[in-house]
Parts: sequence; structure tokens; C-alpha cells
Amino acid sequence: MRKILVWPVIALITLGLAGCASDKKQSTAEIEDASVGAGGVSASGLGSGSDASGQAIGSQAGTVDDPLSRRVIYFEYDSSVLTDEGRFIVEAHAAYLANNPGMAVVLEGHADERGTREYNLALGESRGAVIGELFQGLGIDSSAIRVVSYGEERSVALGHDDNAWAMNRRVEILY
Amino acid sequence: MKRLILAASMLALLLSGVRAVALTIEITKGADGGIPIAVVPFKWQGQTALPVDVGDIIAADLYRSGQFNPLPVDDFLSRPSDESEVKYKDWRLIKAVNLVVGRVTQMGADRYAVRFQLFDIFRERQLTGFRWEVTGSDLRKIAHQISDKVYEVLTGRSGAFDSRIAYVTLLRTASKGSEYQLMVADADGYNPKQILRSPDPILSPAWAADGAWLAYVSFEDGRSKILVQNLHTGARKKLAEFPGINGAPAWSPDGKHMAMTLSRDGNPEIYVMHIASGSLRRLTNHSSIDTEAAWSPDGRHLVFTSDRAGRPQIYRISAAGGRAKRLTFEGKENARASYDRAGKHLTLVTNHGNGDQIGVFSLPTGSLKILTDGRFDESPTFAPNGAMILYAAQRGGRGLLSAVSADGRVRQVLRSESGTVREPAWSLLNR
Repeated sequence: MRKILVWPVIALITLGLAGCASDKKQSTAEIEDASVGAGGVSASGLGSGSDASGQAIGSQAGTVDDPLSRRVIYFEYDSSVLTDEGRFIVEAHAAYLANNPGMAVVLEGHADERGTREYNLALGESRGAVIGELFQGLGIDSSAIRVVSYGEERSVALGHDDNAWAMNRRVEILY
Repeated sequence: MKRLILAASMLALLLSGVRAVALTIEITKGADGGIPIAVVPFKWQGQTALPVDVGDIIAADLYRSGQFNPLPVDDFLSRPSDESEVKYKDWRLIKAVNLVVGRVTQMGADRYAVRFQLFDIFRERQLTGFRWEVTGSDLRKIAHQISDKVYEVLTGRSGAFDSRIAYVTLLRTASKGSEYQLMVADADGYNPKQILRSPDPILSPAWAADGAWLAYVSFEDGRSKILVQNLHTGARKKLAEFPGINGAPAWSPDGKHMAMTLSRDGNPEIYVMHIASGSLRRLTNHSSIDTEAAWSPDGRHLVFTSDRAGRPQIYRISAAGGRAKRLTFEGKENARASYDRAGKHLTLVTNHGNGDQIGVFSLPTGSLKILTDGRFDESPTFAPNGAMILYAAQRGGRGLLSAVSADGRVRQVLRSESGTVREPAWSLLNR
């Protein structure tokens, strides 16, 4: 009694994952690598965790002192309010995207580990949405913007202290 | 072709994954004053070795509940296996109040008859007795059912030993990256079965009341979605994949509706989906975050987390909609509340300035009791009988499951050999 038949679904999922592993998934780690140094974020190690060998897509704008080289926006605890610096960076990206119509942008929202997982999912979403609204206000078409929140599921810093938490409360601007 | 090979190799990995390691329970905080009970090792009548030590499982179950004190087998003066062999004075001498005896008899190649009797030592009579005939793979289940019978007769509350738990494991390796698994196991951590495996996050497993389905959030393909999966057939159905978040699924007690958090209309709100038709009804409408809905056992209310007052607190709303009422005022933050079976208590995550702990909130009195002392305790879930709460904790940088009795007296850790374990959900029924 109570036999759990997992094979059919596992086979399906496996096929599904195998099918999309290398082509559909953009490797966030690769894309972030372009910005390492400037934003101070090392996105290595965790990333998407897939075995996908991603490629940088779109134009790779930005130099070290260019706000376009910074693609990670940081937030205060339990807040989705942009800092002045965050707003400055977002505006620079908005200007770039407005001059390059047709580019799609993903705003990936994250939270630190404190608080519950689902609340943090909502918090990451709110952080992404704030930037998405600003993008729209600055002339980016809403159809070009997608917000995805991973909550606290994809930390870049693994510690349990203020420094790690500050690194993890972020939105990554991916295009 | 390449795809096929990849699929085949992943399937091979899955084979090894399905033989998952059981979680082992370690009592970290015991309680005095449990009922002294003697559980005699069950007599074995068969040719081969006894596949499962039924008496040992019963004693362990009763001990974990914190309400029993199983006496050491070495102290027993006799080892009866049925009523005719019971000498009550042998048990009065070692100060037992109750006695469990039984035997397992081999009936065929994989066929076993199990019988047990529970006695009251001082009134010198049987309180209950049962007999089953089962296959070897169900012997553990029968042992848990016996524990449930003993618990029910002696405490007056239904037992929760023959129930199941779902949880998520995460293993990070250099070669494979992150590997999430959704698991279902017996309440004591045995018989773990893999339900889903993914390189992307899995969270918020939620049991249907009938125990046949699990809902959960999966990030496969890089987007959040709510899926339901039949535990018997493995068949999956996608319930929600709207733009934005699709989170915090919660089955209504009648199994017909799913509460969930969606941000499709702007910001995170609670919706109720009629599962058969897919039609959606929006329950909350506020510019703040509303999430983590849970149904009252009678299906008339839902509690949820909202930061509409600045920080996350627990609110209650009628299942028909209307105004939400704030329930929690103690502590800086309260989140992820869920009801016990009686509908009198909520278990929740509470923050009083020193991290996240597990608490129990009394609905009749409005009082909040903190049960744990971690900094990252989360995802509390009541046992079907409300006597224990299972939750996720952190120790040494790893996530693990812990359990605490609803009165806070007993605490235990469910150990896993590797990886991190999180997001527990206790089934609502014993089956």
C-alpha cells in the first residue's frame, strides 16, 4: 500500500530539464561576470547552479567607472525603496535601454535570509517591481521588462552577518 | 541524441537519489513526567530474521512525543507476548503504569501477522488490542499505528505517528551545482522518497487534506510556478504561472480551492483559485505585501502575513473577503502562520529582536509563546494532532529539521547525513 510512483514524472522532468538546460537558460553567472569588480559582487559559485555554459548576450556596455558597469542595486533591510546611488544606476541603464529599443531586460529580485521564504519572495518581487516602474517611467516599454524574484533562494554571500545580508538584498539588472 | 544521453545519465542519478538517506531523530531536550510504560520486544515467530523491530519503533515513537517514559527493556522481569503470559506484579515492581505486548508471526514468504495488546497494570486489564496481516514493507506503518492506538487510549488525543512529512533538500556540489529535491517520508524520517528533483529552487510544499496531493512552488525554467503533484501516480498539473510571483500555495480544507500569492495585478496579494476551473478570486487588495495564506480548519477564514503596518504581522480575513483584522501585536515581526487542527492556535515565525523563532499564538487569548531559541528558525508546521511542531532551523551553516512539542517541553533534531534540509510540511491526516 501507499506506493509512490515517481518514475513517470521523474522521466518527464528529466527530459524537460535536459532539454532546456543548455539552450533556454541564460547563465546569470556569466552575465554577472561582466560586472564583477565594479559592483564589488562576486557572483561565482552559486549562480544558477545549472551546468549550462552560458554566453554573454547583448552588448556588453560599461567600464569600471561607468554606472552601466554596475548591474546590481542594493537595498536596506525589509525595504524596496531605492537609495540615491541605486536610482543613479537605474537611470543610467534606463537611458541605455531607451537608446537600444528591442532589448529585453530581466530584473531579478533577491532578499537576505532573515524573515520567511515566501515573504522574501514577495520582497524580492517588490524590489524588482520598483525598478521596473522606474524603467517604465523613463520610457522603457513594459513588454521589454520582466521581474523575477528568487527571494532568499539565491544568495551570493553565504555568511550570516550584516555584510553578507547587505550583499544579498539586491536586484540584478540582466540584459 | 545528446539530449537522450543526458536524460539517461540523469535518470541513473535519480535511481541513486531515490534510495535517499533517512533522517535520524535525536532528542535534544527531554521532558520529565511522561507516563511510565513498558513496551516488551515483540515475540518473533518465523524462519528468517525479523525484518523490523516493531516494539522498538513503538517505544521510540512514544518517547519522542514527550508524554511517555518507556522503561529500559533490561529491567523487565518477564517478556510476555500475550495476555496469558502477563504477570501484573512483574510490572508493578518496575513501576510501569501501562504495558504493551505483542508478536509478529510469519504467514508466508512476505506475509506477517502482527498483534498487540495494551494493559493497565493497576486495574489489571486490557485497554485495547488489535491484529493485522501485512507485507514486510508495511511493518513500520503498523508499528506507528500501534503507537497511535496506545497514544489515543492513554492521552485521549489522536496520535500522529502514522503520518507523513514533506520537505526540501538542497545539495551543492562542484560538479552538479545546486540540486533541490522534494521529499516525502514517514513522520519519523524513515522511508524517504524523492518526489521531484530540480537544479532550481523548490519551496512551500503544501499537503492536500486527503494526503494524496502536494502543491509546491518550483522555479524550473527560471520562473516561479505553482504545481500540484499526485503522490500515487506522480502526475503533475500546473496551477499558476502568472507574470510575477506565484507562491505560498495552501489547499482549502475541502480540497477544492487553493489560496496563493500572486503579483500579477501589481503587488503581492492573496488569491483563491477554484482548482477544477482555474478561476481566480482576489482576496486582499493593499499596496503592501500580502502573502503566506493558511486556511482555518473549518474553511471559513484565512490568516496571512502582511507588512501593511510597516513590518510583517499576521492578519485574518474571511474566506469570502472583506476587511482583514490584525491578530499579532507582540514582537517586531510575525509571519507564516498556520492553524492547528482544532483551529485554536497558530504556529508562526516570530522575531523579538534576536532573530526568528517559532511561536504558538493562542486565538482565544491573543497570547504568544516562543518555543525555540534559534536565530533562523522558520517554516513551522503542526502535526495532525497539534501536539508537535516541525520546523526548519540552521546549525553550523546547514539547514536541518527540528521538532518541538506544542508546549515547548520536548525538542528534537532530525539529522540528515549531508546537504541542507528545509521547508517541512506535516500531512493533515494519518495515512
